[in-house]
Amino acid sequence: MKKKLKTSSEKCIGCEKCMMVCSKLYFKKEEPMLSAIRVQAGAAGNDAGFTLSVCDQCQRCVQECPVLALTVSKQGVVMLNKSLCINCLACVAACPSGVMRLHRDVLTPFKCIACDACVKECPADALEIVNEEI
Amino acid sequence: MAAQAKDVQALKAKHTLLKEYAYTPRPVLRGYNMRTLYINVDTLEIREKPVTDEMRNKFVGGKGFDLKLLWDAVNENTRWDSPENEICIATGPIGGNTNYPGSGKSIVTTISPQTAIPIDCNVGGHFGPYLKFSGFDALEIQGKAGQDVIVFIDGNLSKIQLFTAPDEAVDSHILAHQLHEMFAANEREKQHVSVVSAGSGAEHSWIGCLNFSYWDKRRKAVRLKQAGRGGTGSVLRNKRIKALVVKYSGLTGKSNQPVDLETLQKTGLKLHREVIALDDKQCKMRSIGTAHLVEIMNDYDLLPVKNFRYGQHPEAVKLASWIWKDFFTQNMPDGCWFGCTMSCAHAVDDFELKTGPYKGQKVIVDGPEYETAAGCGSNPAIFDPRAVIEINFYCDTYGVDTISFGTMTAFIMDCYENGILNRERTGGLEITWGNWEATLEMLHQIGRGEGFGLIAGKGIQYMQEYFVKNFGADAQFLQDIGMQGKGLEQSEYMSKESLAQQGGYYLTNKGPQHDEAWLIFMDMVNNMIPTFEKKAEALHYFPMFRTWFGLQGLCKLPWNDVEPADNAKHDEPNKVPEHVDNYLAIYKAITGEELDRAGLIRQSERVYNFQRVFNIRMGKGLRANDIPPNRALGPVTEEEYESRAERYDKALKEKQNIDPAGKSTAEKLKLLLAYRQQQYEGLVDAVYKRRGWSRNGVPTVEHLKTIGMDLPEVLATVKKHL
Repeated sequence: MKKKLKTSSEKCIGCEKCMMVCSKLYFKKEEPMLSAIRVQAGAAGNDAGFTLSVCDQCQRCVQECPVLALTVSKQGVVMLNKSLCINCLACVAACPSGVMRLHRDVLTPFKCIACDACVKECPADALEIVNEEI
Repeated sequence: MAAQAKDVQALKAKHTLLKEYAYTPRPVLRGYNMRTLYINVDTLEIREKPVTDEMRNKFVGGKGFDLKLLWDAVNENTRWDSPENEICIATGPIGGNTNYPGSGKSIVTTISPQTAIPIDCNVGGHFGPYLKFSGFDALEIQGKAGQDVIVFIDGNLSKIQLFTAPDEAVDSHILAHQLHEMFAANEREKQHVSVVSAGSGAEHSWIGCLNFSYWDKRRKAVRLKQAGRGGTGSVLRNKRIKALVVKYSGLTGKSNQPVDLETLQKTGLKLHREVIALDDKQCKMRSIGTAHLVEIMNDYDLLPVKNFRYGQHPEAVKLASWIWKDFFTQNMPDGCWFGCTMSCAHAVDDFELKTGPYKGQKVIVDGPEYETAAGCGSNPAIFDPRAVIEINFYCDTYGVDTISFGTMTAFIMDCYENGILNRERTGGLEITWGNWEATLEMLHQIGRGEGFGLIAGKGIQYMQEYFVKNFGADAQFLQDIGMQGKGLEQSEYMSKESLAQQGGYYLTNKGPQHDEAWLIFMDMVNNMIPTFEKKAEALHYFPMFRTWFGLQGLCKLPWNDVEPADNAKHDEPNKVPEHVDNYLAIYKAITGEELDRAGLIRQSERVYNFQRVFNIRMGKGLRANDIPPNRALGPVTEEEYESRAERYDKALKEKQNIDPAGKSTAEKLKLLLAYRQQQYEGLVDAVYKRRGWSRNGVPTVEHLKTIGMDLPEVLATVKKHL
């Protein structure tokens, strides 16, 4: 099983509450670029819509990490141990969805750990935590 | 684990502390610590030396710092086993960053037992960066200890210890493991230790290498990378040093304190992405490593077979990349420094040894890389991958260079076939083509320090003299087939059909190693540098450009073993211009200093010319020392000529305007060789001119002034020869 944040971009209204709650929770400030989930205006085939992007726990980054700082929890969530990370950013490069995040003020990459804080705040029911069979 | 801890305690109990030295911690700033460390294992003197602005400006770092320290330590009469000879180790200002692939190299220099001039090796593992972050841009080790010792640099506690080490193993795969266990307080700290060691083979030969370790967290095992060429390991063991150990725990992406972390990260990410996206379509370094070259070289008649007689063999397919891929454990981040997504340091896991002192044991074998696959495989006609892996393992743990061992084994087999050697003269070893059992036994003799191994282990140059003197061998024949220059065995590419590569091998500072220039495809395959002048330009640019890696602590491979998808559209794609610009960007991002392409070459020119002058100072840096053996130029036996008669007959006709019809093979051979020697001399003239050297290969005063390497001691040396 893997636990992940499932997104429904078609429901997104672009309020960006998810980004604010995520950055506030993990970096103590409301800064969209410090959020593990991102809302972008414009969706494929629908210029008026929004696209949500976030880690789907595919584990590709885990294989790339040279210091085993990335591990998979029992629930199937990819976790980064910051104390082990040597900031090489191989995981950022390896991520097929571009959702291992990097910010100039933070040396260590960051990602969604399916904590569900954003799910509770989303007014459009565009986010949910699911458990998927692998 | 408990048993291992107990073993380590028993080893430690036998230590006697000879000297302890505390130093003031100082973080690296913009890639430099601005001090080096001197240790004398005889007098027990330990001293810090400041890096002056002049040293930094002229010598940059890495190999430049090594050579400067070594120059100051030795004199004209210093030989490899003189007490004043040093082993110098340094990374460079870019070294140790975790963002740009290939940024963890250490450069080793010493006066070589084989060449009697400075040798330099560029090696992976964690030692150099940990040394810098512990407080020192370079380390110089001088003196000869009276008993086996270990040097320990504790970068966490800012303390250096020198102690006796009577009971530790000598062979690297055991010793490095013991020392990672000994100096790591817990499992997590094993990653923070790096060991430099040699082995029992280095004790008894002149082709000893150094193993630089790193802890492989996934395998939970020590991995070894080799500073292979020229006998660095022999010098270490001659000094009675079992190991140099460094420990440093604070590594981050900011350890170099770069001025512009964002640019460093962005540039590194760009290359990471390029490697991950393109490697499988290009060189397959991530799955196979340099061993992917075997079948390519074989296809182009460039794979050395039977002591460089031929470039191809039907059985070479047994050493092809797909064979190695099956042996290498896949999908591991096999970088020899953190953040190297090129990850070419592959390993064979659980390999069961068939011979030698570790027979029956299952071990990790680092490699084989291309040079080992060709040197210990095709060149001695050993087309058995398991045998090559076993030779690879024993060379590494004994501290023996696989390139020199491979090339000299092929030379020995050639001598055996030609009746210069026989069972009596080898003490019972039937060292014939493909006989891997005899080859391994010879290697074990080197490890034990006995028998024919003692002669073989001194390399081809020594054997040439020995066989003439003791066996009455034909000196000219041995000169023709002994693939060495300046005393160093040639690495594993055929240069017969590429004049530029003949220069790439024999117009080098340390001897015929391909790390200065690999021009075979540009020259022979694509005919991009047809004139002497164009070849000379390539033999200026590429050696200078590639010298820069050694100044900075960089690996060459991420420069051109992956290329941007649109590289071919650029001018001069062979230079991989986008990657050159990456280097300029990360240099500025770390040091804060602007550097353009011309400035990069100028940094290298200073150190390259300094090394040339160093060679001259030691008595071996003139034109007479830049001459290849004839087999590097073309066929030297009738059999070789006839094996590619069509090619050579055509060359006689088209290049020499000689009709081969009616001429004997012996006559044609003589004519061809004379022409190729003449061509080589023409190349030498053109290269020397381009490099700013006299016709005798001496850097001119004017050139030294132009490049800013007109130091008094340098001018004093060249003036004796101008």
